Amino acid sequence: MTRKRRRLLVLAVALGLLGASTALVLSAFQDSLVFFYSPSDVVAKGPPGDRSFRLGGLVEPASVARSADGRQVTFRVTDGANAIAVAYRGILPDLFREGQGVVTEGRMLADGRFEAREVLAKHDETYMPREVADALKKSGHWKEGEPAPVGGRPAARP
Amino acid sequence: MHRFANPARFQRFSAAALPWFAGAAILCLGAGLYFSLFRSPADYQQGETVRIMYVHVPAAWMALFAYLVVAAGSVSALVWKHPLGEVVARAAAPIGAGFTLVCLVTGSLWGKPMWGAWWVWDARLTSVLVLFFLYLGYMALLGAFDDPVRGGRAASILAIVGVVNLPVIKWSVDWWNTLHQPASVARMDGPTIHPSMLLPLLLMAAGFGFYFAAVLLLRVRAELAARRIRALRLAAMEVEA
Repeated sequence: MTRKRRRLLVLAVALGLLGASTALVLSAFQDSLVFFYSPSDVVAKGPPGDRSFRLGGLVEPASVARSADGRQVTFRVTDGANAIAVAYRGILPDLFREGQGVVTEGRMLADGRFEAREVLAKHDETYMPREVADALKKSGHWKEGEPAPVGGRPAARP
Repeated sequence: MHRFANPARFQRFSAAALPWFAGAAILCLGAGLYFSLFRSPADYQQGETVRIMYVHVPAAWMALFAYLVVAAGSVSALVWKHPLGEVVARAAAPIGAGFTLVCLVTGSLWGKPMWGAWWVWDARLTSVLVLFFLYLGYMALLGAFDDPVRGGRAASILAIVGVVNLPVIKWSVDWWNTLHQPASVARMDGPTIHPSMLLPLLLMAAGFGFYFAAVLLLRVRAELAARRIRALRLAAMEVEA
C-alpha cells in the first residue's frame, strides 16, 4: 500500500468514526436539543416541575381573548391532539394570529395554565404573494387555519 | 481536478476564467437585486420583510459550499500533498466566513420583526454559529505555529473534522423542533416558494456563486504570486551571500 493510499484510508476511517460518534451524541441529547415541547409532549411527560421551558404549537382558532385593559392575552396552544391554555402579558409579534405557529417561554402554573414570559411567532416554509394566497382561499383549496398548500399550488390530496 | 493542480496550468486557466466569472457575478447580482427589490411581490404572511430572504438564503448556501471547498482542499493537501489544495482552502476560508457572517446578521435582522427575537438558541442558528467559529478557528490555526507547514496541517485537520457540522446544519430543522422553518427550495416534494419569488432567489444565488468563484480565483492567484516573490527574494539573497 502506498503512503497516499494509507493516508486516505486513515482519514476515511477517522471521518467515519467521527460521524458515527456525532450521530450517537446527537441522538442521545435528542430531548435537550429541541427548541420547544409540544402540548402532547407536556401532557405525556408532565411539565418539568417549576423549571421554565418553551411550549410550541399553533394558536387554536377562536381561543384568543384579551383582558379589559388589553394588556393581558390568553390563548390556547394546540398541536391537533392536545391543547394548553397560555396567559401572556406583553407585546405580541406582528405575525401572531389565530392558526399561526408560536413558541412561548414560561412555566406551568398549579392550575394547569402556562404563564408565558415571551411569545415568539413561527412561520412556515411557504412563500407566496398575497393575491395567490387569497385566490387559493377563495377557490376553497386552502381553508383558514390549515397548513398552506405546497408552492402556492393546491396541495395534492392523497 | 488533478489537471488544474499544476500551478502553471492553473494560472493560465484562472487568467482566462476570472473576467467571465466577475462579469457573470455583476450581471446576476444586478438582475437579481432588481427583481428581488422591485419586481417580486410581498409575501402573504411576512409582507415586505421577505426581501431579506434574497440575501440571507444565498449567503447561507454559499457559507456551506465554501466550507466544502475548504474541506476538499484540506483533504487534497493532507492526502495527496497537492500544491494547490492548501492554497485553495486557505483562500476560500475568509470568503466563506464572510458569507456566514452575512447570513447570521441578515438572519438576525429578519428574526426580530418576524419571530420577535434577534437571536434564539435553536439547533439551526446554533449550528450556523458553530460553522462561523470553525472558519475562525481554521484561519487562526493557519498562523498559530512558527512552522507554516505544521500550522497548515493542524488547520486542515480541523477543517475536515468540521465537515460533520454540515449535515447537522442542513437537517437540523427536520431532526429537531426549531424556531427556524424547514427548507423551502431543496426539498423532496419541490419548492414551497411561488415562482415569482423563486426566480429572484435563484438569480441572487447564481450571483453569489459567481462572486465566490471570482474572488476565490483572485485570492489563489495573489497567493501564488506572493509565494513566487518569496522564492525569488530567497534566491536573490543566496546569490548575494
